[in-house]
Amino acid sequence: MIELNHIAKRFGDYPALHGVDLAIRPGEFIALLGPSGSGKTTLLRIIAGLEQQEEGRVLFDGEDVSARPVAERGVGFVFQHYALFRHMSVAENVGFGLSVRKGRLGLNRRQIREKAEELLKLVQLDGLGDRYPSQLSGGQRQRVALARALAIQPRLLLLDEPFGALDARVRKDLRRALRDLHNRVGLTSVFVTHDQEEALELADRVVVMNKGHIEQVGTPEEIYAHPATPFVSAFVGETNLLPGTAGDLHVRPHELAIVAEGPGASAVRVSNVFRKGGLWRIEGALADGTRLVEIDAAADAVLPQPGAVIHVRAQTSRSFEEEGATS
Amino acid sequence: MSAAASRATTEAPFIRWLLIGLALAWLVLLLGLPLAAVFAEALRDGWAAFRAAIVTPDALAAIRLTLIVAAISVPLNTLFGLAASWAIAKFEFTGKSLLITLIDLPFSVSPVVSGLIFVLIFGAQGVFGEWFIDHDIKVIFAVPGIVLATVFITFPFVARELIPLMQEQGRSDEEAALSLGANGWQTFWHVTLPNIRWGLLYGVLLCNARAMGEFGAVSVVSGHIRGETNTMPLHVEILYNEYDFVGAFAVASLLAGLALVTLALKTALEWRFDLGNKGARH
Repeated sequence: MIELNHIAKRFGDYPALHGVDLAIRPGEFIALLGPSGSGKTTLLRIIAGLEQQEEGRVLFDGEDVSARPVAERGVGFVFQHYALFRHMSVAENVGFGLSVRKGRLGLNRRQIREKAEELLKLVQLDGLGDRYPSQLSGGQRQRVALARALAIQPRLLLLDEPFGALDARVRKDLRRALRDLHNRVGLTSVFVTHDQEEALELADRVVVMNKGHIEQVGTPEEIYAHPATPFVSAFVGETNLLPGTAGDLHVRPHELAIVAEGPGASAVRVSNVFRKGGLWRIEGALADGTRLVEIDAAADAVLPQPGAVIHVRAQTSRSFEEEGATS
Repeated sequence: MSAAASRATTEAPFIRWLLIGLALAWLVLLLGLPLAAVFAEALRDGWAAFRAAIVTPDALAAIRLTLIVAAISVPLNTLFGLAASWAIAKFEFTGKSLLITLIDLPFSVSPVVSGLIFVLIFGAQGVFGEWFIDHDIKVIFAVPGIVLATVFITFPFVARELIPLMQEQGRSDEEAALSLGANGWQTFWHVTLPNIRWGLLYGVLLCNARAMGEFGAVSVVSGHIRGETNTMPLHVEILYNEYDFVGAFAVASLLAGLALVTLALKTALEWRFDLGNKGARH
């Protein structure tokens, strides 16, 4: 169990985190999701011990580790740009955490090498132990970084934008590999991402962060279907803001239906219609011309021409009147 | 860039060859000819005379002193350069830009002025003069003064080479090592040092070349005592002033040879450096 109690941190005059509380259960896969500057990476680095919080405590299994340096926390950390040691072979990289502690662990070179090979197999890089990082692709490097972090048998795996530097296809493969790995190893893991799709696809629970505090913690389904704040609604998934009787209504593109003109329907002037996966996406503006509206239509729907005026009605929607909607 | 695009954006061949030719002619005139002259003068009376000029007791003493001074100041400045660039590249602290400016100070002050400062501080009339006389310590007009002046003159070389390199490499390699359980020393030895080794060697090489070749500051603090406080550059000047041209040029050719070796090593290092970096970029 990892507990964060009221973590606060500022960089100079800039508050990065104000009073964050979070509990992570054993074996959970957690995503810290937020835009840049939301404090998600700082929070991850505080959990690791790479950054020191100014207030609050970090508890690992009830024990306060706030004063412990990163080397003594037993966390595996995967960096966005891999941070592989370029002058060491892949196997030496993976075995580094064991080599520097071989005295204490009672391991010899051969045992370390065997352990490294074992881990390379786990991340599907068997046979590449003698290569150098410069000879690997980006996706392979990130797998090496993952194997290296796992080698020290951490109680917690932390990943900082692990797919950030990879292209879309490799990203998808690696995402699946990471999820598989988590299912097999069952290691408590926390990763930072600004990509909501990634967070919703991978995580058991998503922590949505904004401006140094937590907006909402929940399962991907809760976050997507029941956003707690206007920020979450707008940041996770696509959201239209339609005028309602009591403040703005937050409506997803697929929650809008094209209807005949009538009470409760909004007029939209269509500007663009294009394919989006298995659906059609209709873009337009509200009659007052200010707000952009995105509508999903079925593949076999009768499509309006650009320039036409259609009417839409929200089948479901959310409002956050008490807090006031963001736009 | 395709060949066509590069042709469209560069000068005509005639202009290109003219520029390259001018640069080469300038180099030959200002560097090649003097260098050739040094060796030609040194060997004018043949190998025997050259050898005889080198093995005079005064020349040997100058060579010995130069090697001693370099052997003390280069390791000191390597340590200082490592410490300063580590602090500047890896930490945030107030006064950082002041420190960077101060590191450049020896480059911006005339070496003669640097020498005079040491005379003012450590000389007989200086701030610590009486204390040194009371304790029978000689700094100025003695080896310690020469070492001090050389250390001062050469301290930017290693630091200047390493600061941009370390800043570019960032902190994440070190953080990764620490997160894997390495202690500070292991992190430095296994991660930081291999990452900067070529840049460090390059800086040490330049530092050494200057330490052996420094004239101005050393000249002020040395006192020119033959066989005792003359380094090679000072010895060259004395011989030259005494119209012993073969002797002067023979010792000068050793310094010129050192410069050539430094240049060759530097080129080799740069080549290695590029190669090492190319693989590491992602």
